[in-house]
Amino acid sequence: MQALTNRVKQVDRREMSFLEKIYLVSIFKGMAITFRHMFKKKPTINYPEKTRPFSPVFRGLHILNRDAEGRENCTACGLCAVACPAEAITMEAAERKPGEENLYREEKYAAKYEINMLRCIFCGLCEEACPKDAIYLSETFAPADYQRKQFIYNKNELLIPHPKNEPEAYQKALGNRAKK
Amino acid sequence: MLLALDWLLILEKLVLIVIVVMASLLIAMYTTFAERKVAAVLQDRRGPNRAGPFGILQPVADGLKLFFKEEIIPNFSSKFLFIMGPSLAMLTAIMTGAVVPWGDKVHLFGRDIALQIADVNVGILYVFAVVSMGVYGIMIGGWASNNKYSLMGGLRAASQIISYELPMGISLIALLMVTGTLSLKEMVIQQQGGMWNIVYQPLGFLIFLICAFAECNRTPFDLPEAENELIGGYHTEYSSMKLGFYLFSEYINMFVSSVIMSTMFFGGYDVLPFVDESQWGLSDNIMALIGIAALMIKVFCFIFLFMWVRWTIPRFRYDQLMRLGWRVLIPLALANMLVTGAIVLLKQNNWHF
Repeated sequence: MQALTNRVKQVDRREMSFLEKIYLVSIFKGMAITFRHMFKKKPTINYPEKTRPFSPVFRGLHILNRDAEGRENCTACGLCAVACPAEAITMEAAERKPGEENLYREEKYAAKYEINMLRCIFCGLCEEACPKDAIYLSETFAPADYQRKQFIYNKNELLIPHPKNEPEAYQKALGNRAKK
Repeated sequence: MLLALDWLLILEKLVLIVIVVMASLLIAMYTTFAERKVAAVLQDRRGPNRAGPFGILQPVADGLKLFFKEEIIPNFSSKFLFIMGPSLAMLTAIMTGAVVPWGDKVHLFGRDIALQIADVNVGILYVFAVVSMGVYGIMIGGWASNNKYSLMGGLRAASQIISYELPMGISLIALLMVTGTLSLKEMVIQQQGGMWNIVYQPLGFLIFLICAFAECNRTPFDLPEAENELIGGYHTEYSSMKLGFYLFSEYINMFVSSVIMSTMFFGGYDVLPFVDESQWGLSDNIMALIGIAALMIKVFCFIFLFMWVRWTIPRFRYDQLMRLGWRVLIPLALANMLVTGAIVLLKQNNWHF
């Protein structure tokens, strides 16, 4: 029959020779192959101790940003919630009272800010929509919990630590991807 | 007269029994761990490494898990036999260690203690008798489960083990003709000064090795528990520690057959062939320790071989298994026996026909 491609490989249907029939040779060949694999490099990464290096555009859990003085950037404009294709973000706005200038950068702030991490698809559109640089996606990922309600992250979980009061935690949360 | 028994001897043997049983259980435990590690290494994986440093507590965790699992006895099973199956498998697996010479002798408390529980002069026959009893555990378990898959597994185990016991026995006869003794201790002593028996009986060893794989129900002969055909084989209905006993007895069998093979073909506790170790001028106790270590190294090499083969070679089909047993191994073993017999006779006759 005319072969359709030149990659055709004819099946060898010859009678097996004596050496092939007693199988021992091929068994030893196979065992040599598996033995060689003992010295191969293992592709596994010991996950909790080590993580894979992420690409610079990796999108993990969200962080609500503060400015250098530790004031929250978010003005509760709602653009992120509008941009969110999974409708994972809800917020409630509030007006800044006199005396709270060290807490919030502008006159309006988010009294409540929640992201449902079970809905979130980590597309990063909220980050792109934000005009105030108030939200960005970090390198942290794979949260685990026992209850669904724990996955609705509020401001406690989202806000970056205070840069002045807790500088170490702030630097840690900042990682190497915060926008300058 | 009855009270004139050497009570210390009984005590000494009792201690030895406890040590041997505990050691074989411990080794079997860690063989399960080694199996997983070897499998992982051969497949470029890491294997269990979470429980304890390097995962060395993994077998403890596995054992605990099995203990805490629910004990299920199916109500359509025959309860007595259902429990007897794994017990018998475990019992026969452990019993074999009784005639193995683990080392020469140690000198403790002014007594010479032979490191062998019983130097039976028909030691090999004892081993064979006990090992062939092991299939009853599997058969009874498979039968008592009252489940067709278990029954199939049990049947397969029975026919496989009986088929492979024949070439195993015949290949052993050739060895016995060479050594002229049935006692394992004497075999070791014969091998100590001269060559190991593997040199006299390479083909016999190969046949014995293949049959040992089959007797232990190890891949490529693990048809009794072929998951993809028989669900779990003879232990489909088993759970909790009864299943654990079956798995455990398999590993103890592996350990014991490695010990038997090292003893019969590789000089047992003999450290090096051609070397007379008594010339080294070491005390008995140290020699015994070195001997035990030598035996253990040989045994671990064999156990590694078992695992290496398991993770390399696919399972036989049932007809292939039977063809290999009856049409290849038995004639081969018979030919080996005849040739060995002829040579032994010739040698006794000073190479005259």
